[in-house]
Amino acid sequence: MALLQISEPGMSAAPHQHRLAVGIDLGTTNSLVATVKSGMATVLQDEHGHALLPSVVRYTPDNKVIVGHEAQAQQSADPVNTISSVKRFMGRSLKDIADRAHTPYRFVEHHAHTISPSSLTGDGGSRSSPQPALIQEMGVNPQAHTKLLQLQTRAGAKTPVEISAEILKTLKARAEKSLSGELIGAVITVPAYFDDAQRQATKDAARLAGLNVLRLLNEPTAAAVAYGLDNASEGCFVIYDLGGGTFDISILHLSKGVFEVLATNGDSALGGDDFDHRIYCWVLDKVREASEHFAPLSEEDTRLLLTKARQAKEWLTDNHEAQIVCKLSNGSLVDVTLTAQQLVEITQHLVTKTLVPTRKAMRDAGLSIEDINGVVLVGGATRMPQIRHAVEDYFQQEPLTNLDPDKVVALGAAIQANILAGNKNDDDLLLLDVTPLSLGLETMGGLVEKVIQRNSTLPIARAQEFTTYKDGQTAMSIHVVQGEREQVCDCRSLARFELRGIPPMAAGAARIRVTFTVDADGLLSVSAREQSTGVEAHVEVKPSYGLSEDEITSMLKASFSSAEEDKKARMLAEARVSAGAIISSVTAALAMDGSLITATEKQAIETEIERLKTIADADDAHAINQAVDALNHATEAFAAARMNASVNRALAGKNLEDIKL
Amino acid sequence: MQNYFSLLHLTQQFAIDIKALESNYRKIQSASHPDRFVSASPAEKLQSMQLATSANEAYSVLKNPAGRAKYLLELRGINAIAETNTAMPADFLMQQMAWRERLEEAKAAKDLADLEALASEMQAEAKAIQDELIDLFDVTKNLAKATDETRKLIFIDKVCADIHHAIEQIE
Repeated sequence: MALLQISEPGMSAAPHQHRLAVGIDLGTTNSLVATVKSGMATVLQDEHGHALLPSVVRYTPDNKVIVGHEAQAQQSADPVNTISSVKRFMGRSLKDIADRAHTPYRFVEHHAHTISPSSLTGDGGSRSSPQPALIQEMGVNPQAHTKLLQLQTRAGAKTPVEISAEILKTLKARAEKSLSGELIGAVITVPAYFDDAQRQATKDAARLAGLNVLRLLNEPTAAAVAYGLDNASEGCFVIYDLGGGTFDISILHLSKGVFEVLATNGDSALGGDDFDHRIYCWVLDKVREASEHFAPLSEEDTRLLLTKARQAKEWLTDNHEAQIVCKLSNGSLVDVTLTAQQLVEITQHLVTKTLVPTRKAMRDAGLSIEDINGVVLVGGATRMPQIRHAVEDYFQQEPLTNLDPDKVVALGAAIQANILAGNKNDDDLLLLDVTPLSLGLETMGGLVEKVIQRNSTLPIARAQEFTTYKDGQTAMSIHVVQGEREQVCDCRSLARFELRGIPPMAAGAARIRVTFTVDADGLLSVSAREQSTGVEAHVEVKPSYGLSEDEITSMLKASFSSAEEDKKARMLAEARVSAGAIISSVTAALAMDGSLITATEKQAIETEIERLKTIADADDAHAINQAVDALNHATEAFAAARMNASVNRALAGKNLEDIKL
Repeated sequence: MQNYFSLLHLTQQFAIDIKALESNYRKIQSASHPDRFVSASPAEKLQSMQLATSANEAYSVLKNPAGRAKYLLELRGINAIAETNTAMPADFLMQQMAWRERLEEAKAAKDLADLEALASEMQAEAKAIQDELIDLFDVTKNLAKATDETRKLIFIDKVCADIHHAIEQIE
């Protein structure tokens, strides 16, 4: 596990020390890792000079895991144990995978622990509030309601999270080798239109790969960062991102380093893969026309034909026709010619499909075509001429393609990682992103009550009040869903939990306040509180998909020596790291803004710092963590005063625009 | 307790300088966003999360004219959408019904062009109400009348959202 750098208590990290952080584009077809070196974002290559790592993982007969080009080369020979496009299965259940008949994989289902109640805590907002009186009686009743998807391989049933973690591990190793050091963290990109389940699965994969996730960043936003900084752009920009398996459209307003996402939309199951698949079906139709007794394809043949289809698609970007020739395992020969014009015809519906989310996003942003200053194309699939023409027709302007559509997302992620790692302190870049899908609760009759509307800027917190409908009702079931439809059954179910211990009252008398919070990663947490009669109860649920907290922990442990001594040592090391981190940040804050508080308040904080320093020298992890909490608690008023002062400074600062006004 | 206007350093009135609203909002986010506090102490992270969240809330309420009007009334103890607050001038009720009917007809006929036309007509009506609200809130301070007009604005917003929803369904 990547630990934060330890600085000696009382000493802040050396100012010029460069903290190694990377941006990772975990793509459907290819993945990349990039970093900022001497002020420049660069994609890191492997020892053969490849920047792109094919997102293909093979489990070999000799119990090895191979990732990338080598795995891709063996794909046709060993299709069942060689997984590609695993991103399509992240956070999904079997019924979500509509095209599974056309993949060579063997899917299995396993009942998931859909919810891991993270904690029963006091109000996260004010830790000094009294402990809820009802906490003993309350409980969370997780109900497994989705079936976890797994792929059966010779190495056993693997979850998409585990398979993705193999890709991330490979990129982590590449980065650490190339940068000669341990990473302090990574920014990992996700399609903007990923729902909470898919985001959570991505974060789990990173944890499993031993990566500290600084932030999940939306792919089009990352592209906008790389593009906008490169071109010093101002105004409204559209990012049209068609990747291997996902489509995103984002509309951003760029102004003096602030990247504000106005609206985003997309289709998390539409991408270049679908074009390959369309060609594959077309080829099958052709060969079936030619010979009536065409035997069903083996898994190897399916994979082989899909690969040929992808090659034909890529070839047709610069050529008028492509010949698709291959010999199938039953001895029959496939030999068909696909013209560029035919490709346009058979994939027209896919191109049109991207324009529906595009129009939605434009409407949500409240903009018309004339308001758009530029359209940026991202993703390998946007190399197809029919995509470029469609985008140009719709937006009435030639799209911008001056950055490599395969690399731009990773480069943007690297720039953000560098900032979040604290390597860059000039406040010249800020990303304000949105939640792509509305979030709500199930109400009577299977209807959805939206609590947070799509395209709300993050971070966001919204509360809604509910009440009991029966006399003496002491529990209430809370079902959290995501999506735009009115019926619960048409939306994605994120979590279910029960709030118990409501004092018995007449129907309608209880006041249950349900609060949704979406953090800067776009991840949701939900809390419910009964607040009539002055009694507070509070439970917090974080949806977790695929893997339970316990499963992740045990998988992580498996990759380390699991001896009890090691565990203790790691806990102690981690406690000391967080002690070092808080001491250095509070010491720096006191040096800068100590004048904001009274001498007595300052003295109280300094006392806690000294106490923590002493305790951190001893070997009691628990005591260190307690002292960290105590120091944190002592700085609450100071933190509020600093925030206040910093906002006032920002508002008082005059910029050019104000002077003109 | 700070209200949304003071948080964003704006005068508490209906007519606001949108440029100042946007610029102040971005300045506050630049100073408070969680991205600025990745390695800060937990207490500072909490402050950052809370302030960035409030700034987002304040910005989204104030930049929308209906939201701003409703909030101005709230600050004066008036709930514009309370169930007791149902009186609506007769002519507006007629207009309301006419709009609703047209929406239903266009929806049934899947007439995208008419849905778009209806949306822009309603937007024009909304603009006229907003001009009147400047007078009612900021000049004559006629809160009773302002409440009526605010409710019209909220109604128009709701129908426009329904129109957009209908367009999405048809597409």
